[in-house]
Amino acid sequence: MFDFISSSAMPSNVWVVILLTGLVTYITRSAGHVVLARFKHLHPRVEAALEAVPGAVLVTIVLPPALTNGPVELLAMLAALVASFRLSPISVLAVGMAIVIGGRAMGF
Amino acid sequence: MKNESQFWSGTKDSLPIMFAVIFFAILFGATAVNNGLAFGETVLSSVSVFAGASQFVFLDLYGQQAPVWSILLAVFAVNFRHVLYSASIGRYMGEFTFFQKYSGFFFLCDPLFGAGEIRAQNQKLTSAYYFGYAIPLYVIWVGFTALGAGFGKLITDPQAFGFDMLLSIYFLSLLMGFRTRPNWLASVLASGIASVLVYKMIGAPWHIMLGALVGITLAAMIGKPVEEKGENDV
Repeated sequence: MFDFISSSAMPSNVWVVILLTGLVTYITRSAGHVVLARFKHLHPRVEAALEAVPGAVLVTIVLPPALTNGPVELLAMLAALVASFRLSPISVLAVGMAIVIGGRAMGF
Repeated sequence: MKNESQFWSGTKDSLPIMFAVIFFAILFGATAVNNGLAFGETVLSSVSVFAGASQFVFLDLYGQQAPVWSILLAVFAVNFRHVLYSASIGRYMGEFTFFQKYSGFFFLCDPLFGAGEIRAQNQKLTSAYYFGYAIPLYVIWVGFTALGAGFGKLITDPQAFGFDMLLSIYFLSLLMGFRTRPNWLASVLASGIASVLVYKMIGAPWHIMLGALVGITLAAMIGKPVEEKGENDV
């Protein structure tokens, strides 16, 4: 348990800090559009960059943990990767989760 | 398609990740009350932030009695990728009213961004679909945070169910959904390799922003050649 009251570095009101973290999060979630909406035409290279955003971000969320989590988790991700060429997202999830749950149940 | 069916279509697409959201909400609620936050403070965090990473960073730094400015800076850093999200998905929000758009950004988490981009790739992204995906997740996020905060100390070994891996697999399936986009493979490979290197050498959360920037920059460089330059071009 932490003592929030005695430290001078701590704010007196945690509710204010929580609301500020909410505000900062909202700013990051709207800022990109607020800035880009000022331009009527986007340069083709900017368009190309924006088209690449989802893949480029998602792979950074997925890949480093997949390589460092452990063998069962890596196997599950590889199986899901193969499955995703043919199956719907929900079936891909089923394949991956079956391996994670099964592998962990067997104690790997 | 009518608004109502658009809404349910969004909700249906969010079903695969609901278990993951429940898992992380309970985990956050339980962790928060075990780290000195009160029940009301824990729920307020989920109500006002709706971002797991931000909330865990807040919890961690608050527990270390870090100064407020450094907490806010860290929250900004772990969420900085969202700047890219609204820049990209905002282009498909032509049908949204001003209020829908700017309230919609509040909910713009990773899964919603991925699902929204996939939707816009196949058909028009409507506000009904967007909120149909977002609102049930938000309600579940807040509700199960409260549950986790209330029963925090009773939950043992949630990892056995593998819910911690659910989001990763979901994001992988979304990632593969974009594979028909031009230069997808090149930018994904570049981002993937860069993110692993940064993850090993600098650490989280920098691998997300720096890794993504490498792939996005590559896409801009090998993308369509410069055609015409209007006065408002970026």
